[in-house]
Amino acid sequence: MTAVVPPTTAPGGGRGSTARRFGRRDLTFDKISFMLVFLVLPVVGYVLFVVWPFIQAFYYSLTDWSGFTPGMNFVGFVNYGKILSDNIFLTAMRNSVTLLFVLPVVTLVISLVFATLVTIGGPSQGPIRGLRNSSLYRVVSFFPYVIPAIVIGIIWSQVYTPGGLLNGVLTGVGLTQFQSFAWLGDPRTAMVATIFVIVWSLVGFYMVLFIAAIKGIPAEVFEAARIDGAGRLRTAVTITIPLLRDNIQTAYIYMGILALDAFVYMSALNPGGGPNNTTLVMSQQLFTTAFTKGQFGVACAMGVVLAVITLVFATIVFLVNRLTGGSNEVAE
Amino acid sequence: MSTVKLAGTAASRRRSTSTGDRVVGGVSHTVLTLWSIVVVVPLLWTVMSSFKTSKEIFASPFSLPTRFSFDNYVNAWTTAGIGSFLLNTIFVVFGALIVTMLFGSMCAYVLARFQFPGSRAIYYLMLAGLTFPIFLAIVPLFFVLRSIGLLNTLPGLILTYAAFALPFTVFFLFSFFKSLSNSIAEAAALDGAGEWRTFFQVMLPMARPGLATVAILNFVGLWNQFLLPVALNSDPKNYVLTQGMATFASQAGYSVDFGALFAGVVITIIPVFIVYLIFQRQLQGSVSQGTNK
Repeated sequence: MTAVVPPTTAPGGGRGSTARRFGRRDLTFDKISFMLVFLVLPVVGYVLFVVWPFIQAFYYSLTDWSGFTPGMNFVGFVNYGKILSDNIFLTAMRNSVTLLFVLPVVTLVISLVFATLVTIGGPSQGPIRGLRNSSLYRVVSFFPYVIPAIVIGIIWSQVYTPGGLLNGVLTGVGLTQFQSFAWLGDPRTAMVATIFVIVWSLVGFYMVLFIAAIKGIPAEVFEAARIDGAGRLRTAVTITIPLLRDNIQTAYIYMGILALDAFVYMSALNPGGGPNNTTLVMSQQLFTTAFTKGQFGVACAMGVVLAVITLVFATIVFLVNRLTGGSNEVAE
Repeated sequence: MSTVKLAGTAASRRRSTSTGDRVVGGVSHTVLTLWSIVVVVPLLWTVMSSFKTSKEIFASPFSLPTRFSFDNYVNAWTTAGIGSFLLNTIFVVFGALIVTMLFGSMCAYVLARFQFPGSRAIYYLMLAGLTFPIFLAIVPLFFVLRSIGLLNTLPGLILTYAAFALPFTVFFLFSFFKSLSNSIAEAAALDGAGEWRTFFQVMLPMARPGLATVAILNFVGLWNQFLLPVALNSDPKNYVLTQGMATFASQAGYSVDFGALFAGVVITIIPVFIVYLIFQRQLQGSVSQGTNK
């Protein structure tokens, strides 16, 4: 099963040769019913449940709709002015942007290092290979990926409680000042503790991703570098990372979108936004505004701001990769 | 073999166990082992705590349970309703999986193998769905479901799960169907197979490896889904596992049945853990395929 090679046909490439035209001549019952069920049904479902709500959200963000009153008034950009002068929302936005910068970097650096050790970190003599027994590390590290994120949050909120596992360990090694330290309740540590949980749950996933990518590099490339006298660190920096840049870019965008969301982890670890809103994120604020306060117009404006930040972020990652010499194709 | 010869020169053999190698190897193993411990210990601690009473958990986080009993599991299963949440989850996830796989493969097949006006536009529309945050759609989606009478129902959840899993499924299978040989489809047509038959009896079986990969990835994603049920399914009778656990955890903050909470966590993890151990290779393989496309 794992040996299956994904086809790499570019969309559009070879379309003329393999695709068939669907002309008016062959309108038999078979063909009409086929097109209706195979194309129209899924596309209509997709448009109704995905595309239409996105379009509506843009419109609602320009109204004063509360969600349960029958009427709504078009108010232009009033909601945007409201949220951008709201200190709590600005705090949430700052926290989200912080996550956007910190989370992908930390996660991807750790998983790149681990993937490198597992694939080419073995002895500097003999054939290029990884550490011994490294598949065990891969299997264990990946495991958190299959645990629902909300459950990860519940486990860690128990680990972090004053009488929980972490303080038990720290007290056990003699750091008695941590006997009843509230990791998620202290403004100084709440965000760091939260970031650690997200990193914990995703390192294994990206490690597996990078391992596959590194294994796709021909061994001769590493052999050649070694013959030229490059050490392990140099090989990693000058060979592995440049050859993986498209994978890293894809992973960076995935991680960034996840960091901007972060709703699941926050709901379990800091449902109220953390001490002094230190871990409040935009998605949480959106959810509260919509479903607790019933200000749907304002909530939609928040959603639009979130979407804009996502798009700006993705564009920046693309541009940086392109300007520094990468290809402009991603995830193809 | 030539690579072995290249690297196994006389010079390297002389210092085949150089101190540098041993230090690097030792440090690497230490780092990876430490990380594995950090991954495993909280999980083992959770399992251990699930057998303790709340009082024992508070008294000392490390000690083994004084007596081995399944009381917490019984409480979690019945009182907290984990049993019915599990059933709901299985129903919704498998329902959505079937819908997604069926319509996703159909749609990808048509987009990949037929040329008609607007096919590119539909493809890009699907692509756009992958990049937009679900959060933007969640408020209007609430009202879309309410207006068609599917708010707070399991079928409503199945349809929304499937709709949001569709872009990824289509995107992945598109390239798979594209790569299948056209001559086989033509042969099927010559033999008198209609479009339907060609798809179900010829093309679908040929795309089986791709279907398996997407199905595994979708399964994990749908099982872990949290935002959609929380926003669109507020009837406690219809709660799915992730949602039920979140509610249970926030209630436990007051009534403090932490033993049952830990037991609920273990019940939630065990099915996925078993699936993971059985399909470990396939799952890791599909992750690397799904994201390296």
